[in-house]
Amino acid sequence: MTTRTGELPDVIASSARRKANGDAVFRGLTLLAGAFVLLVLAAIAVFLVVKSLPAFGHDTKSFWTTFEWLPDNSPAIFGVAALAFGTALSAVLALVMAFPVAVAVALFISDYAPRRLARWLGYITDLLAAVPSVVFGLWGLFWLVPHLTPLQHWLADNLGFIPLFADSESVTANASRSIFAASVVLAIMVLPIISAIAREVFQQVDPGLKEAALGLGSTRWEMIRTAVIPPSKGGLAGATILGLGRALGETIAVALVLGSSYAVNFQVLIPGKNTIAANIASQFGEAGPIGRPALIASGLVLFAMTMAVTLVARWIIYRAGAVERSAVA
Amino acid sequence: MTTPAMVMQLHPPGMRGRRLSRNAVFSAGLSGVGLAGVLNLASSSWRWAEFVVLGVVFALVFVTGASWAVEGRRKAIDRLVSNIVVSAFLVALAPLALVVYFTAVRGIPHFSATFFTHSLAGVPPSERGGGIAAAIQGTVEQVFLATLISVPIGLLVAVYVTEYGRGVFARAIRFLVDVMTGIPSIVAGLFIYTFLVIGLHQGFSGFAGSLALSILMLPVVIRSAEEMIALVPKAYREASYALGVTRWRTIVSVVLPTAKGGLVTGVMLAVARVTGETAPLLLTAFDNNYLNANPFKGQQSSLSLVVYTQAQQAYQPAVERAWAAAATLILIVIGLYVVARLLTRRSAFRHG
Repeated sequence: MTTRTGELPDVIASSARRKANGDAVFRGLTLLAGAFVLLVLAAIAVFLVVKSLPAFGHDTKSFWTTFEWLPDNSPAIFGVAALAFGTALSAVLALVMAFPVAVAVALFISDYAPRRLARWLGYITDLLAAVPSVVFGLWGLFWLVPHLTPLQHWLADNLGFIPLFADSESVTANASRSIFAASVVLAIMVLPIISAIAREVFQQVDPGLKEAALGLGSTRWEMIRTAVIPPSKGGLAGATILGLGRALGETIAVALVLGSSYAVNFQVLIPGKNTIAANIASQFGEAGPIGRPALIASGLVLFAMTMAVTLVARWIIYRAGAVERSAVA
Repeated sequence: MTTPAMVMQLHPPGMRGRRLSRNAVFSAGLSGVGLAGVLNLASSSWRWAEFVVLGVVFALVFVTGASWAVEGRRKAIDRLVSNIVVSAFLVALAPLALVVYFTAVRGIPHFSATFFTHSLAGVPPSERGGGIAAAIQGTVEQVFLATLISVPIGLLVAVYVTEYGRGVFARAIRFLVDVMTGIPSIVAGLFIYTFLVIGLHQGFSGFAGSLALSILMLPVVIRSAEEMIALVPKAYREASYALGVTRWRTIVSVVLPTAKGGLVTGVMLAVARVTGETAPLLLTAFDNNYLNANPFKGQQSSLSLVVYTQAQQAYQPAVERAWAAAATLILIVIGLYVVARLLTRRSAFRHG
């Protein structure tokens, strides 16, 4: 008996040590995986910088101000200016179209639809996000663009006094592969992203606030205006900027729908202009020894743009989320 | 909890003034649509888009006007907003319906045995024939490898963030995962191109494609796994600790199995997302008209690449192939999505 009581702590001690080892190994493994995420993000930046350098030795004009994209000419002429402009213009236009609809969809699901139906309606709008962008591109090119032509004519004829819709000579009958058409496709693609986050934001609103508004005799709209929208403003801003990030980086749909050129102007109805991402997709296959590094350099600019936008969006969402939680708790 | 219905009961109709009957609302809306129809008939040709847009606008105006006259300003605005919200929801669903409808109508008629069993090898864009066998094989291999890479890493990161991580580093990882969801897919492709294809001189391959896909998949897997692990009740963990089970054994044999249903759904949604990706594969797998079963060597095709390249050809047979490949792609992606959602519904994990 005495020997056994002497052994027992030892057994426990060694098993505890083994257990602690297992724990440390597993913990280390998860930590390693976490660090891997950081590593990947850093590696993306490093590799894009390093592999775009060869382009700049041959650069005859400034990368930031040149409009043309002829990197494999000799001398090479290429610049990201027209591309960055087209990227920003199409993304902003897409957001202007998507935002009101996305907010309305989110409101419909959070505050109008019957609760039992709401979850399924959410799934259906999420399904819109599941449609591959190449399918949107195909549909955009062969169905939407032809069907959008009358609308583009109408806009040019009736709202031509707005510079955006200014009718230069070339809003022609069959070529409406314009920034406007690309933006409509982009709007469809970012809508489910904005509305999914807006939905979450609306559902976080304290039900007590809503009941108080209704209890004071508000109509449903007055309840939404006074109790739902004000605490959701931050989250909505974040959702919108996140949608902007997605629109900036969208590639294939734009590459298929937009008839590319390197023009810089605000006339969104005329065919042409280009975006960074679409330009990479369409030029990469035939690009030469300077062309590819030049495309990588433009990709680096896109990466910086989207990362900046996403960082701002996440920061706003985090801050808004914290405010709401503390307001409720 | 007070619901709108209870508020209604607190204020019976008699106290709330005159109300527009359902029939009155309906006829006001219908006369709006009718007016749009008459106007359209009066013009030279029938235009559907004009009819629908004008019909909705007139219906909104008529219903709001009628409500304003009978029920007053506040109720009229409330009705207007409700109707706009419902219309916006339908507007948002329209593209989904149109895309799925036209892809099915233009794609499915071109399905054939040849289409699924042959590659595009030696088929010029101007001629019919050929198919997506190489593309299907490429997509399956690339997505399978991407899943194999991103699921274990993703689960480990999710476990770190939810179970182990404390302090600044864990918060930073969580934030960076969110940021990673914002990486444009073309940039993921460019990165693998610079890193593997030219950096390590591996050349284009299906595996390069799957690495690019796993960069896009990883944050999606992590986010959904995080959510699912956080749903596992604390009591399960405490019960396990009380039995003397160590922390990591608790995570592996109690926490993860409990969250299994949700984890599987999350992975399937991530798979559905990357299956349709085109841009990263364009720079890494680079497409191939010929069958290439080895994902580690040589260019490979994929369904999305076939849609993209065939759609850009100026010949009808190529465009037909693009629609048919798109229909296949959409069937796979939406199928995955629906199955994933049905799984959550069955194994939905609800605890307080």
